[in-house]
Amino acid sequence: MAGSTAAGPRKRSRGLDSGQADEYRRWLRQMMLIRRFEEKAGEAYSLGKIGGFCHLYIGQEAVAVGSLAALRPDDYITCSYREHGHALARGVPARTVMAELFGKAAGSSGGKGGSMHIFDASLGFLGGHAIVGGHIPLATGMAFAIKYRDTDQAAICYFGEAAVNNGAFHEALNMAALWKLPAIYLCENNRYGMGTALERASAIYDISERACSYDMANEVVDGQDVLVMHAAMERAVGRARSEKLPTLLEVRTYRFMGHSMSDPIHGHYRTREEVEGQRKRDPIALWSKRLIDEGLTDQAVVKALDREVVEEVEDAYQFAEQAPDPAPEELYTDVYAGS
Amino acid sequence: MPTLTYRDALNHALREEMQRDPNVFLMGEEVGVYQGAYKVSRGLLDEFGPMRVVDTPITELGFAGVGIGAAMVGLRPVVEFMTWNFALLAIDQLVNSAAKMRYMSGGQVGVPAVFRGPGGSALQLAAQHSQAFESWYAHVPGLKVVMPATPADAKGLLKSAIRDDDPVVFIEGEMLYNLKGEVPEGEHIVPLGRADVKREGTEVTIICHSKTVAVALKAAEQLSADGVDAEVLDLRTIRPLDRESILATVGKTHRCVVAEEGWAFAGVGAQVVDIIQREAFDELDAPILRVTGADVPMPYNKHLEKAAKVDPAKVIAAVNSVLYRE
Repeated sequence: MAGSTAAGPRKRSRGLDSGQADEYRRWLRQMMLIRRFEEKAGEAYSLGKIGGFCHLYIGQEAVAVGSLAALRPDDYITCSYREHGHALARGVPARTVMAELFGKAAGSSGGKGGSMHIFDASLGFLGGHAIVGGHIPLATGMAFAIKYRDTDQAAICYFGEAAVNNGAFHEALNMAALWKLPAIYLCENNRYGMGTALERASAIYDISERACSYDMANEVVDGQDVLVMHAAMERAVGRARSEKLPTLLEVRTYRFMGHSMSDPIHGHYRTREEVEGQRKRDPIALWSKRLIDEGLTDQAVVKALDREVVEEVEDAYQFAEQAPDPAPEELYTDVYAGS
Repeated sequence: MPTLTYRDALNHALREEMQRDPNVFLMGEEVGVYQGAYKVSRGLLDEFGPMRVVDTPITELGFAGVGIGAAMVGLRPVVEFMTWNFALLAIDQLVNSAAKMRYMSGGQVGVPAVFRGPGGSALQLAAQHSQAFESWYAHVPGLKVVMPATPADAKGLLKSAIRDDDPVVFIEGEMLYNLKGEVPEGEHIVPLGRADVKREGTEVTIICHSKTVAVALKAAEQLSADGVDAEVLDLRTIRPLDRESILATVGKTHRCVVAEEGWAFAGVGAQVVDIIQREAFDELDAPILRVTGADVPMPYNKHLEKAAKVDPAKVIAAVNSVLYRE
């Protein structure tokens, strides 16, 4: 069972469209940027430059990149606390995200949010939220607002598979289906809610089946294949825009790191062999190989992209390190409007 | 000036605000087809339609979150809880989402939502339906807590709450819905954060809010017959608390009783007393006494229930005590 997760649906992506080569390379670059960013964040955490909790996205990059590429700038996005990757893929500058992780004034929330609360309202990026499942009703509310104003936007909510056992998930999806709201619930099934495996927490294995309770469209998606992820998201977005109907996507992926920086890679709950097996389906390696195999890029370009993103991350790190802390008087601002 | 019930005053505030601003909508259990569990939303579905008067499933956590999400992207929801007892299921959304969104986002995303419904006890509804939770919400920075005691305040404060850019916990009194009083027509606004002297007096102040205002006024009337001139200060807003008005009345009467429906421990009165002892210690001629609900779950039996509740006799006893009478 353990080996089947990321592979899951086995829906092969079809042949690549050479007209999309620039877009495909952009996805590769975004995934590489997230990987390098998270490696650097892990390093900074170990050096004590980042405090609190820090949940890395390494292994799941294709999910955020493939799905966000199917959205428009006016769509609404909410995430859980493992959201650095989504913020970067949405276009929040690496400097701004890193500065927030460092708690600096130049961070996306002025240093008041931290790793788990990245916001950029100008991009419709409406938060990292840190109570498991708590943000799912918020996305339903955003979808409600879209219907209220009768536009063709979509509201997307990212959460982990552990959140589906929470009442908030059930309540939010029921209302979205009942009221026919343009919401997309994207469950990133990385197999573990902290250290508890899916089958130790959920009475059913296929999370997509939960959508049947609400007569909601659903799909199981291979989250290690960025193209498959993108195509599934396009179908869901189309349903939201043209039919104002919600979708539950169960995206099978895998977290290559521990739950947070305080959790070792293997822990007590999974074996080294399992992690090594899953690493064979590294989304970045799969995608770069695919592009090279199909002649849409070559090894030299991949290397150049890597140098670029390493530089971008290094720049973000230096920026965050040198940025000033929030002024002491910021303690009391932003509690209420006008404060 | 027309005389309205507290219920109709709230209804007028909702109707006027929904007419004024197309972003204002009402959602909750039974607010539409049923016309409101307590008929506060009577007639609104007919006037505004089902997109703006939204009947929800019984799912407090879920629809509170829906309201917050809609507010995050610019709508102005009024979320009705059938009672604040049921809102305990939604407290995560009020505390972790609504109250903190602006701060966590560094000021980027506010939640201009009102959460309203009746709080406190009615008659023989027993332990799970008879609770006053204002001190819980007032504890949380980022929330405002408003509790009108009269029809005029109900209208004026609800209009202010709907126009406010922050999340407002608006706690009504189930036993107040039939209370009648004069209410100004049209644009009647009562600002949040201002207490109101409901009865002028010179010898002692009874500080109260919501249902205990009527109790305090009744006590003051009886005390007056007994030659004691009591002032009644209605807090109206619990957060932000009107510090200036509290200090002004204490500076005037020098003796104080604080009454509230809820439990004593860490209650609203504890905060009022703290302000007075820190900022007006030298003004006091006697220790402040508090009159609160009994420190028990609310019993069903009507005699036991009466014993658990704040009433004029308990307030009068406390007033006599701070005046060192008898």
